[in-house]
Amino acid sequence: MPSLTPESDWLQEEVNNVTAQANSLTLPKSKTMENIGRSWYKFSRNPMSIVGLCTVLLVVFLAVFAPLVAPYPEHAGAFVDFANASRPPCGRYLLGTDVVGRDILSRIFFGFRFSLTMGVVVLALVVPPGVTLGLIAGYNQGTWLDTIIMRLTDIFLAVPPLVLALAICSVLTPNLFNAMLAVSLMWWPWYTRLVYGLASTLRNEFFVSSAEAIGAGKAHIIFREILPNCISPIFTKMSLDMGWVILIGSALSFVGLGVQPPKPGLGTMVADGAKYLPDQWWISVFPALAIVVVVLGFNLLGDGLRDMFAAEEV
Amino acid sequence: MKLITFITRRIIHSVFVLFGLSIVIFVISRVMPGDPARMAVGARAPQWVVDNLREQMHLNEPLYVQYYYWLRDALHGDFGISLVTRRQVADDIKEFFPATFELALFAGVIMGGAGIFLGTVSARHKDKWIDNFVRVISYLGVVTPAFVFAILFLLLFGMTLNWMPTMGRISAGLSRPPVVTGLITVDALLAGDFATLLDALWHLILPALALAMGGMAQEARITRSTMSDNLTKDYIASERSLGIPEKVIMRKFLLKPSLIPTVSILGLDFAATLSNAFLVELIFNWPGISRYGINAMLRKDLNAIAAVILILGVVFIVVNILVDIVVAQLDPRIRLAPGRGE
Repeated sequence: MPSLTPESDWLQEEVNNVTAQANSLTLPKSKTMENIGRSWYKFSRNPMSIVGLCTVLLVVFLAVFAPLVAPYPEHAGAFVDFANASRPPCGRYLLGTDVVGRDILSRIFFGFRFSLTMGVVVLALVVPPGVTLGLIAGYNQGTWLDTIIMRLTDIFLAVPPLVLALAICSVLTPNLFNAMLAVSLMWWPWYTRLVYGLASTLRNEFFVSSAEAIGAGKAHIIFREILPNCISPIFTKMSLDMGWVILIGSALSFVGLGVQPPKPGLGTMVADGAKYLPDQWWISVFPALAIVVVVLGFNLLGDGLRDMFAAEEV
Repeated sequence: MKLITFITRRIIHSVFVLFGLSIVIFVISRVMPGDPARMAVGARAPQWVVDNLREQMHLNEPLYVQYYYWLRDALHGDFGISLVTRRQVADDIKEFFPATFELALFAGVIMGGAGIFLGTVSARHKDKWIDNFVRVISYLGVVTPAFVFAILFLLLFGMTLNWMPTMGRISAGLSRPPVVTGLITVDALLAGDFATLLDALWHLILPALALAMGGMAQEARITRSTMSDNLTKDYIASERSLGIPEKVIMRKFLLKPSLIPTVSILGLDFAATLSNAFLVELIFNWPGISRYGINAMLRKDLNAIAAVILILGVVFIVVNILVDIVVAQLDPRIRLAPGRGE
């Protein structure tokens, strides 16, 4: 192989020229900022989206800094203070205390931690394989690969997700990790189906046929040509799904198959408090409302993102 | 004729799905660490009992042989013996399933009826206060879990206001009507026992409403958006220009096409109802298959778990086939479209 001799300096120069031209073609940084600004404008036109974003940020803040912001951080675990048991909401305990005297508000902040962990871990486990399978099936539409993958998703979608998640949880040791595993096993088909629909239309686009024409590999076409065009719906679904995963997680811990006491899972707290209805209503009602707030926040955020992406396509 | 091919194809597809589901359930029930035979007889039974039972349950055979035996028995309606109730699982299911079916049926009726009604009202009075009100309510309905509704209803209507009973299917003093269908309301109606019918309905309201809220909100949102989309279509404008009264347009020309997405979603929401029944039955102490299933799950009663999931899977699939047929009836484009490969 001939190395670059001094005679081939012109070649080096040519290469430098081309590189310089290519570099000048990339967007300057200010343009990126402008795009973000424009997206933000579209997102912020709906006040409900802002409400959703703020709710989510607040919940994340409370969860991350729970040990600092909770009035009684030590109440998160197995703590007992019978002198202050079953106090209704008052100045000292804003949302009251449970039957062993633990501050409900503090426990809700720590409960957010479990809920958010659940949401983040499940989505991290579910999105990559779900999306990849959807891309493969969609790009190879009509082949045996498509048939196998999509029939497999049919099977998993044939049972209500909570039911199968409950069943999987029940045969494993009940704890947060296994609850996340069970929900993940149930959740990937939704992404496969979403991406499958997108990919099977995108594969007929010109940019895909051009890539095929210049001999690009399948992996390149799937991940570099098709995937970037599916990103916004995936992103929107993830934001909505954070809410749903948290909801399913709280349902699992409600029946005792998720976060285990004395850890403060929101669902666990609702279930514990349900025994003391109607007299000590605050024990279950406030954690229940906390679940609603989290799910509502992620839903408003997800709807805002969807509107934003929809507006960008116009 | 076309409809028959359509239904046949759906049924064949469903049989395939059910077969796959049975494999999934079998795998789940064998994932559990520990010896199912030992769990069945308890820790104090002598080893030879366990060995005998292992032989009987085909546990010494390879997994695919075990699956064959399991599936063969399941197809004969034999799911083995429940470790909790010590009875045939099939008998338990026969006893508990009607209660859940009754509950889900009423929830479905509330869901569809109230959802479509609210959505129609909302679309007709778009951007008026009633529309905004319905939209806020349905958003809250969608994001609130059924068990939260159940607890709030229980607290408010059951305990604080004391309007409705909070436990079970029927008051303690009343005797159950002779069992024909297993649905107390229907049985009472058949027996002409109206006191029992009212009592059973009264027991049904709160749990059915708690189950229906989420789906109802969803139906209202979907109906509203399709209806208001369709309202701007040319055919409605031309009907208006012909002087057809607004009410007739609404009822005859707008409602039917607008219901197609609603009915499709209703099928999915029915699935959500079946999952949520697990929690709502627990809260209202409703003696249904979901409460039975949860107890089985908490006690690792594998035979019962497998049967409950399989039954729910079958119900879900049947409901979705029915929904597809209704949608095909509503939408001639689907019914009359030339099928693939024909």
